[in-house]
Amino acid sequence: MQSLLSVKDLSIGFGKNEPTVDQVSFTVNAGETLALVGESGSGKTLSCRAILRILPSSAQIRSGQIVLNCRGNDIDLANLSERKLRGIRGDRVSMIFQEPMRSLSPLHRIGDQVSEVLKLHRDCSASDAKRQVLAEFEYVGLNDPERIYRAYPFELSGGMQQRAMIAMATVAKPELLIADEPTTALDMTTQAQVLGLLKNLQAESGMALILVTHDLGVVANMADQVVVMNKGRVMESGSADLVLGSPAHPYTKKLFTAAPVIPEFAQPAVQTEAADIILSLREVSKTYGSIQAVNGISLNVPRGKVMAIVGESGSGKSTCARIALGAESADPGGHVFFRESPEADAIDIQSLNPVQRCDFQRKAQMVFQDPHSSLSPRMQIVDALTEPLDIHSIGTAAERRDRAIELLEQVGLDPSMLRRYPHAFSGGQRQRLSIARALALRPLLLVCDEPTSALDVSVQAQILDLLEDIRDRLQLSYLFISHDLAVVARIADEVAVMRRGRIVEQAPPELLLANPRHPYTQALIAAHPEPDIHRPIDLDTVARGAGEPDTWPDAFRYTDGAAPPLKKYEANHLVRTHA
Amino acid sequence: MSILPDGRYIDDAPYDPDEEALQLDHPELDAPSWVLIWRRFKKHKLGLISGVFLLLSYLMLPFAGFIAPYTAKERDANHLYAPPQSISFMHEGKFVGPHVYKTIAAADLENFRWTYQQDESKPVPLEFFCAGGEYRLFGLFKTDRHLFCAPGDATIFLFGSDRLGRDVFSRILYGAQLSLTVGLIGICVSFFLGVGFGSLSGYFGGRIDWTIQRLIEILRSLPELPLWLALSAAVPSHWGPVAVFFMISFILGLLDWPGLARAVRSKFLSLREEDYVQAAEMMGATPSRIITRHMLPNFSSHLIASAMLSIPAMILGETALSFLGLGLRAPAVSWGVMLNDAQNLAAIEIYPWTAIPMIPIILVVLAFNFLGDGLRDSLDPYQT
Repeated sequence: MQSLLSVKDLSIGFGKNEPTVDQVSFTVNAGETLALVGESGSGKTLSCRAILRILPSSAQIRSGQIVLNCRGNDIDLANLSERKLRGIRGDRVSMIFQEPMRSLSPLHRIGDQVSEVLKLHRDCSASDAKRQVLAEFEYVGLNDPERIYRAYPFELSGGMQQRAMIAMATVAKPELLIADEPTTALDMTTQAQVLGLLKNLQAESGMALILVTHDLGVVANMADQVVVMNKGRVMESGSADLVLGSPAHPYTKKLFTAAPVIPEFAQPAVQTEAADIILSLREVSKTYGSIQAVNGISLNVPRGKVMAIVGESGSGKSTCARIALGAESADPGGHVFFRESPEADAIDIQSLNPVQRCDFQRKAQMVFQDPHSSLSPRMQIVDALTEPLDIHSIGTAAERRDRAIELLEQVGLDPSMLRRYPHAFSGGQRQRLSIARALALRPLLLVCDEPTSALDVSVQAQILDLLEDIRDRLQLSYLFISHDLAVVARIADEVAVMRRGRIVEQAPPELLLANPRHPYTQALIAAHPEPDIHRPIDLDTVARGAGEPDTWPDAFRYTDGAAPPLKKYEANHLVRTHA
Repeated sequence: MSILPDGRYIDDAPYDPDEEALQLDHPELDAPSWVLIWRRFKKHKLGLISGVFLLLSYLMLPFAGFIAPYTAKERDANHLYAPPQSISFMHEGKFVGPHVYKTIAAADLENFRWTYQQDESKPVPLEFFCAGGEYRLFGLFKTDRHLFCAPGDATIFLFGSDRLGRDVFSRILYGAQLSLTVGLIGICVSFFLGVGFGSLSGYFGGRIDWTIQRLIEILRSLPELPLWLALSAAVPSHWGPVAVFFMISFILGLLDWPGLARAVRSKFLSLREEDYVQAAEMMGATPSRIITRHMLPNFSSHLIASAMLSIPAMILGETALSFLGLGLRAPAVSWGVMLNDAQNLAAIEIYPWTAIPMIPIILVVLAFNFLGDGLRDSLDPYQT
């Protein structure tokens, strides 16, 4: 059978350097989904952009063929003239990108942007184009297409923007759609819905799809064929059930062991109530202008345990983290208590004098999300690690240096790295450095704000290992913020699920995952893509819980902004419900 | 490469799943950022050439008197408005070394002007390290040695002479001493004000920010030239040239800071959001420590680039003021003062060389712009 697109021995390089993409080959058949999987720097995005030749200006295609079978004619896209290629782009082959906000022009109405494709490639009248675009909007699940047609991108949520992008890419009925990490910037529940949409579109229109992703869970849900890439080379490729069912290459195996999975708990463990609380948030609210980011949160972090807050963007979880560290003050009426040792008196972080604050800062530190921004590029590692000691005037220069070496060893790095600069390190190494810096003052409590979400999957697992390891070795307590239930299920002793500033359900992970009561929790669990083709995403459950709180089932619905109370469902298990 | 029996492709190059941990990911980025900036800047050829040109120009300043064949005030009453002369090496097909020809002035009584004729029969070889007009080397040591001069009653006016018979080339060199430094002094003033107000505005925000921003907007809305004129007119006319010079630089700096203050403020705002600044805050670092240890080092290079880009405005400002007769005044020598002579069209038409000081102005302004551009492009060495 003639395949729709075949890429053969494609090599791409920057300047005079070694090729970044090396001898990559794959084929896509009509109506099939091919997944290009790999971590950052694997060359997956370059390979798929090479198909439409939208590469960065300094990159050149060194060798290889990209043959598109177009109604029986073979066209080599790698050597096609720019003018002819323009005829292909958007018409036969179209593309969607990772950041919907950045791929839509902010100054043009959505409808105009989408119908431009038709104006360019189809000789159709304005009214005809509008009719088609409205139909396409309806089709991609945008309610009220007329309103969307007139809207500007900023008026839409991320998920709706991505749907509009998909509409733009598919309105001309292309034969091949290239989706470059189409759901990475979206929330978990939105991701599930967009993936479902792509799958439906494909089934109905019969177009082929190249899906570029780092997430094996997404692959398992979508792909027919899989190409696993690493450092510019194809490691393994073949049909999805083979590659995912029994990975043969060590790299694929490594990816699989690292992929976050929501475990299936058979027996919910019964836990005793922990009495020794190191950090306690009481009725904490935070209002920015007219927006209530956090609404009456009460949480306890037991000593030596991990309390996790899970939620999507805008749920208020990061604000909670900042309030917990005193970096931001809560609205009057809220309190944050910190108890240094079981015997000590609790202090209220909201009302500290400068001396107490300085003291508290030594006991509680933060680990940040983005390892690329958490270390000053102008400071050597040794300076970054000794800075906290310097600020609090602890030890002599030599002692600080020794402490820095000790810290590096604690996080699994080599002391020879002391004199290096942060930009020489990979994301995972930098996250280790950032953890090492947080440990410098020998804190009792670490607030981890999405410490793994900017990292590659294989590195994610290592960082979680490290966090678990130092928790046990140094008897630390964590307040752990994440959007990913699978990550949380692994490390947390207790999980609070937040939505729109409120906790909707709270329980130890075993209880929560085995017996989720709240529709939103159920949606989050269902939306998590599992790297197993036999456990597809359950879109109905996602749809039931993912919407706004006033669309939830009666027992959980907020009416006029008033939420039902957080009730005890069983021991250690709280649910926000009327029932 | 191998194909498994079930039809899938496997790469069979050796692969070690545990290699990553201790390797450096980007060994090429393991250097202080000034090294990385320099590496990148080296590739910006135009910027590099401009940098070298400017460096040489500034290094030349203390030796201007030595390089110039005449002093700034030396007059040759017999050679008013003499045209540029060239230095030749060959005379009648024979090599005689660098020499000039004597020029003979003749009065053109019809047009009431001097015409100059070169006496090409006899070459006058140039003298080197010769005695000439007295000047101060580095502004300190009195000496009369010049790099080259024409012997006897021959002249060497490379760029011609002006209305009073002074050598334009020598005066350009002397003028550079003022014209090139006025920018530096001005930029110091504007740097001081700009960084000060910008960081106040960026760090504290709120009411202070509001006040400073409105002040900047008011300053920016004033028409620049009339304001300069008004301020310069306020400089007492009995002040000496040096005092006027400092005052002019100060005025230029006083009006130039808003741009820099804005750049500093916006950089401050964006750096405040960086995690490492937040981390330092959460470690308990004081605001002054955060500013000096974390924020300033990370935008000092931006400051230098924006300073480079605003020096040309200073130089042009001085030139414009002096050209209009409101900046530096004779007997001070600056490029603007020299151009003041070229103010009327008739003079330029008949004696085009009086406008030659435009050339160094253009070159220096372009060089600063190229240098600033080059620096700006190489400022972010971590981007690929």
